Amino acid sequence: MRFLLLFSRQGKLRLQKWFTSMSDREKKKIIRDMTTMVLARQARSCNFLQWKDLKIIYKRYASLYFCLAVESQENELLALEIIHRYVELLDKYFGNVCELDIIFNFEKAYFILDEFLMGGEIQETSKQIVNRSIEASDMLQEVRFTGTHANTNALSKTQSVTCTCGVST
Amino acid sequence: MPAPIRLRELIRTIRTARTQAEEREMIQKECAAIRSSFREEDNTYRCRNVAKLLYMHMLGYPAHFGQLECLKLIASQKFTDKRIGYLGAMLLLDERQDVHLLMTNCIKNDLNHSTQYVQGLALCTLGCMGSSEMCRDLAGEVEKLLKTSNSYLRKKAALCAVHVIRKVPELMEMFLPATKNLLSEKNHGVLHTSVVLLTEMCERSPDMLAHFRKLVPQLVRILKNLIMSGYSPEHDVSGISDPFLQVRILRLLRILGKGDDDSSEAMNDILAQVATNTETSKNVGNAILYETVLTIMDIKSESGLRVLAINILGRFLLNNDKNIRYVALTSLLKTVQTDHNAVQRHRSTIVDCLKDLDVSIKRRAMELSFALVNGNNIRGMMKELLYFLDSCDPEFKADCASGVFLAAEKYAPSKRWHIDTIMRVLTTAGSYVRDDSVPNLIQLITNSVEMHAYTVQRLYKALLDDISQQPLVQVASWCIGEYGDLLVSGQCEEEEPIQVTEDEVLDVLEGLLVSNLSTPVTRGYALTAIMKLSTRFTSVNRIKKVVSIYGSSIDVELQQRAVEYNALFKKYDHMRPALLERMPIMEKTASNGPTEIVQTNGETEPSVVEAKHPPPVTQPTNQANDLLDLLGGNDVVPVIQNTVSTKPASAGGELLDLLGDLSLSGGTSPAPAPSVPTSQPSFFLDGLTSQPLFNDIAAAGIPPMTAYNKNGLKIDFTFERANPNPNIAVITIHASNSTEADMTDFVFQAAVPKTFQLQLLSPSSNVVPALNQGTVTQVIRVLNPQKQQLRMRIKLTYTHKGSAVQDLAEVNNFPPQSWQ
Repeated sequence: MRFLLLFSRQGKLRLQKWFTSMSDREKKKIIRDMTTMVLARQARSCNFLQWKDLKIIYKRYASLYFCLAVESQENELLALEIIHRYVELLDKYFGNVCELDIIFNFEKAYFILDEFLMGGEIQETSKQIVNRSIEASDMLQEVRFTGTHANTNALSKTQSVTCTCGVST
Repeated sequence: MPAPIRLRELIRTIRTARTQAEEREMIQKECAAIRSSFREEDNTYRCRNVAKLLYMHMLGYPAHFGQLECLKLIASQKFTDKRIGYLGAMLLLDERQDVHLLMTNCIKNDLNHSTQYVQGLALCTLGCMGSSEMCRDLAGEVEKLLKTSNSYLRKKAALCAVHVIRKVPELMEMFLPATKNLLSEKNHGVLHTSVVLLTEMCERSPDMLAHFRKLVPQLVRILKNLIMSGYSPEHDVSGISDPFLQVRILRLLRILGKGDDDSSEAMNDILAQVATNTETSKNVGNAILYETVLTIMDIKSESGLRVLAINILGRFLLNNDKNIRYVALTSLLKTVQTDHNAVQRHRSTIVDCLKDLDVSIKRRAMELSFALVNGNNIRGMMKELLYFLDSCDPEFKADCASGVFLAAEKYAPSKRWHIDTIMRVLTTAGSYVRDDSVPNLIQLITNSVEMHAYTVQRLYKALLDDISQQPLVQVASWCIGEYGDLLVSGQCEEEEPIQVTEDEVLDVLEGLLVSNLSTPVTRGYALTAIMKLSTRFTSVNRIKKVVSIYGSSIDVELQQRAVEYNALFKKYDHMRPALLERMPIMEKTASNGPTEIVQTNGETEPSVVEAKHPPPVTQPTNQANDLLDLLGGNDVVPVIQNTVSTKPASAGGELLDLLGDLSLSGGTSPAPAPSVPTSQPSFFLDGLTSQPLFNDIAAAGIPPMTAYNKNGLKIDFTFERANPNPNIAVITIHASNSTEADMTDFVFQAAVPKTFQLQLLSPSSNVVPALNQGTVTQVIRVLNPQKQQLRMRIKLTYTHKGSAVQDLAEVNNFPPQSWQ
């Protein structure tokens, strides 16, 4: 995957994730191109577009457009599933997610995305595991973190995912 | 200083702004507050301020002054700070800013942190935006984490490794040991990311690919378990167990099985199983089927499996879901080359997709339709495609028109059909055809000799209807110029001949000249056509008038043409018929169209090729046609004929090639040496004896010479000075044959160094009779403005006693008077 964009029906950007390094100018141009192209599409068209050498997969959920760009050898139908999975994760976290949730909690949307995808690839295929990781990270934020080993041991035991506590320095 | 406002508060405030200006003002105010807060090195609120900055960045405002603050947040001990800090790093920093390297140490510490979520943040950031330097520094840490038993970290480390390999491919070897038991993991996250890592390694290195082929059985087993296992709540999507992992495994199998018989065989069964057992009611099942089809087509699968795959695609084509139809068309396009017959079976469905409302589907269907056209279905397919051309959106017309031309060229069942098809395209999509189609069409029309009358008649009728489509008008005016006589004579076999007078034709052409719709190029065509008709029609006076009017046209190109044509009427009327003669048949070139005029060294005039002379046996026709000028006549013979088609270069290349090591400074030893002594000074003195040199140098006082004498063929040069231009030497060659057999198909070619210009006129004949019974003469005119020493390389080809003979020679013994 090359990039993932979320934008509203008016073309306002709500989230941007770039999986390759690009200059600010290039990013701005791509955002402009994508919003123009996708918003111009008719209601019942297919969800795929060809743009330069990339395949663009887009899907509208309520008032938000999710726009994913993949390389030519990737599976477009699966890309639709990836978008859907992300929406499901957001929905589970926020409870009936809507655009306002993403506007006011954009950093959480990024955190969830970063538990699901990394470097343009899927990192976790289980919804529950992603949700649990996010919840545990959120809990960590609440604690007055002092960096001692004892504290963190207690925290990590609250997950049902079995893991050892990282590598000691 | 009051506490900075909270993030949500800021967002709420900004959203109340009613205009862009109001929003900008709020943002500027807040940025100023944030800046001063940063200056005060406020630890407590740094996180909040950076978060606000990130929001403003998303709205499109500059946020670079927050970059260092992100680094400070990353270095903090608070998890909240780290989270926002790393997010800020991913959004605001990238490898283009030097400051990003400062992160490296922080990331290194965090990779070894005691809390896995901190480690996770570090891995994530490195895996998303790590630069090559960072990757090099931290690859060791990533490799360590790849071997941990903590699945949460292991999966992240695997994807981080993928990123490292993408940035620094040389480090790939380093991760090899850690991959040993990756696939024996039970955790799907780790499995998935491991497959991604393996795929990346196999795609980058053939050695790795060979090494990992042994994993095929294990991958097949994992896939089998996924399909056969019962419901697993954790990974279920619409009744299918972990489709993401399935697709990824199929993709890896594709790479491993490509080109390898054993691996392909090992996967045959599982592929068949997936293809037949996968539930297709939802998109997710079709996604897996799609990937399966792609894999089957790419590996060395058995034919039964391939047919199964194509049939799946055929079923996709009939699916109600547009996405699936689109995907089917795309895949069929990929396979149409290799499994042409199988795809042909679905041709009617594909052609139906041309009528689909969706733009993406129409485009794919068009591309696929063109790929499926062959000699058998050309008529039917073309009907559908022309109908599509009529009704499609403008964005398709150019591509469709080109496709139609190509297909028609390859598979036209008859010349008439071909011309009809072209006419149809020109009239329906005439303004969208590509520029090079006009010369291509002209060439096609020229070559269909028996269709000339029919073609010009149809084009004329089309012009009467509509003169707005420039390519059509250009082709039509060219044809009328060439074949106007056929038009007025009313001969047409193919269809009812129309009655049209010369004046009517001239009316149409003049109409083009004055019309606002015509481009300058079109006007040029029209004027030239009118001029050509001066030799085909009887009403020359009218043409003369038109031509003289345009002699003062504002358009420089038109003016120049008109002036030159005027000159043709006045001073060079005797040359007019020859110049405006019918064009010869053009041979189709591989690369260039017939209008390419090659500027070569030593020849400034566009060399005109007379394709019929000399006889084609000794003439490689291909490159000759590169020099065809649309206007040229047939009485000037080429300066240089191109050599045998081993060299596809332009004529200039041939010239240089023939010249080869011909240097102007000193003489290199030429192969067949002429029999005349080469020392110049002595010749000066010898000149006294041969010709009355001192009497009249301006006259023909230059001694003749023997240029070539070998194998019974002798070629003498005699000289004259051309009046009025003293720089031109006129050489007449005399070729004689002292053997007992005739030399037939005799061709003489010559090349001169760059500073000269050469013109070769027609030879008297191309048979050199035996036993000196006659000579073949040919005139060469050499322009030598710099008065350099004349040198020439000649090439002779002829047939003697049934075998073809070819020879090259250098002629260096020109008498000095010939060039001084």
